[in-house]
Amino acid sequence: MDQNNNNNEQPTTPFRGFGGEQLKQVDELIKRYPQGKQKSAILPILHIAQQQNAGWLDVAAMDYVASLLHLQPIEVYEVATFYSMLNTKPVGKYVFEVCQTGPCMINGSDDIIEYIEKKLTIKRGQTTPDGLFTLKVVECLGACGYAPMMQLGKTYREHLTKEKVDQIIEECISKAAANN
Amino acid sequence: MSKKLLLDKINVPGIKSFEVYRREGGYKSVEKALQMQPNDIVEEVKKSGLRGRGGAGFPTGMKWSFLAKPEGVARYLVCNADESEPGTFKDRYLMEFIPHLLIEGMIASSFALGSDVSYIYIRGEYDWVADILDEAIDEARKNGFIGNNILGSGFNFELYVHRGAGAYICGEETALLESLEGKRGLPRIKPPFPAVKGLWGCPTVVNNVETICAVVPIINDGGEAYSKIGIGRSTGTKLISACGNINKPGVYEIDMTISVEEFIYSDEYCGGIANGKKLKACIPGGSSVPILPANLLLKTAKGETRMMNYESLADGGFVTGSMMGSGGFIVLDEDQCVVKNTLTLARFYHHESCGQCSPCREGTGWMEKVLNKIDSGKGEMKDIDLLWDIQRRIEGNTICPLGDAAAWPVAAAIRHFRDEFEWHVLNPEECLKRNYGLAHYAEPLIPKGELV
Repeated sequence: MDQNNNNNEQPTTPFRGFGGEQLKQVDELIKRYPQGKQKSAILPILHIAQQQNAGWLDVAAMDYVASLLHLQPIEVYEVATFYSMLNTKPVGKYVFEVCQTGPCMINGSDDIIEYIEKKLTIKRGQTTPDGLFTLKVVECLGACGYAPMMQLGKTYREHLTKEKVDQIIEECISKAAANN
Repeated sequence: MSKKLLLDKINVPGIKSFEVYRREGGYKSVEKALQMQPNDIVEEVKKSGLRGRGGAGFPTGMKWSFLAKPEGVARYLVCNADESEPGTFKDRYLMEFIPHLLIEGMIASSFALGSDVSYIYIRGEYDWVADILDEAIDEARKNGFIGNNILGSGFNFELYVHRGAGAYICGEETALLESLEGKRGLPRIKPPFPAVKGLWGCPTVVNNVETICAVVPIINDGGEAYSKIGIGRSTGTKLISACGNINKPGVYEIDMTISVEEFIYSDEYCGGIANGKKLKACIPGGSSVPILPANLLLKTAKGETRMMNYESLADGGFVTGSMMGSGGFIVLDEDQCVVKNTLTLARFYHHESCGQCSPCREGTGWMEKVLNKIDSGKGEMKDIDLLWDIQRRIEGNTICPLGDAAAWPVAAAIRHFRDEFEWHVLNPEECLKRNYGLAHYAEPLIPKGELV
């Protein structure tokens, strides 16, 4: 149940399109592929759009990417809904993506997930009411030797323990406070 | 001590930088390759006996020689860095800690195959690793190893990192190409094979990260020298990413002449089972290969010592053997539950099925449900047979090998651990409180008639 998620497809601030720096990046990305094959740049550009759009892709963002690449919007929607890293629903500021596949499971990932659920008082798939944290359980992230682990933004947090989880949560809270 | 070809320099301080990597002998294979005829490089790779390190173990030289070369049509080399097979984290290790080895391999291999523009398709989650590769590519470009007229050879070459966005299926080479073309990662029907019709319809070779890295020592020392390392058709070295209940999880380079027992118990490798526990089972080559109980893992059914190489790990076929696969070595101790472990793998394949073929799309979800039922103490005896039946109907009936990859772990778990499944059914309450334990899995093999 995504009861804590805002499902009305409206981001808090509407998608405004890319700035000059990002448009330059888009141009460079398109040039990596042969002429007429600009569709190949769709994933790298969706990554940029998602980053700018509070971690998820609303219809406006996807339509914008379609226009940049001269594609039909459906071509972007079908891609955005296929890949697990692309969110088509709002997420919290910090997304905990905890691995639950075999190698992490045998190293105690179930306990870590339960602990995070208790600590943040949300269930997997939900976002805290303050919009700060989302807990996502994910499948193998290729860090099996350093299990249990989670992805947080660009980084992997490995060898998780309850104490480490506490630290990470504290770290996010103070980072959020510093940004406000 | 195994000979190291890929990881020998990984601990040199600063090896991530072009300067140190070059000083340590890096990029020599590019200098050498550019002096050679492209076809001669392909011949060296054939001679080396190198087999694809992504999991299938197909001879790389042969794959290269299949590449069609129609006049006036671009050819592509794409590196498969979409490492996603549970238990496997060796490619990340190479890319993160010695990125120039992959870049060097890509330049030399691209020259051999005639690819002027090549791509490294990396799984989206390895975001920071993609940055490391981008930086290494920039350095290589600044030093004249990427760009126009490399080292005055007339070879013009560009290399790009392309980040995926979370989809195990994109590790399947045709799904990877679809994804690189900006589409959903749906595997293609083969033939045509990528060697004839691959990226944007052009002839394409897709190789795993470790495979491309292995081309560097092959060019430097010659295919024959490489083929002399290892044993039989398991030539060269192989990276094994070891995880699970062991003292020293990590990435190890082996020359395929050591035994499984040595690999697990020696301090040079896994360092034994963690917390003084006993070995129960192991998935030796990534989650999709058959799980083996301790007794079949350390010795083959014929009673021979099982070795860490392609042939020995596969000895006995799927009845009593397993596979080298991707080298994702998952060790389970006596406290682990095979039913639960199989459930997490079934759930993984259900989550990752692309949904094109009904046997896989429906079957993986069905297996997950039945396993969940047994794991939670609600199973019936007929569910075990049902599971067997479902996996059998998936295997071989799908466009790509994901169906097989989902079926095999379930089949092997039932084949070798049927009594543990039955115990769950017969002890619905107890199975929620404790695990089945080591049982007889570590005992010496007793011939028990015909195995399924």
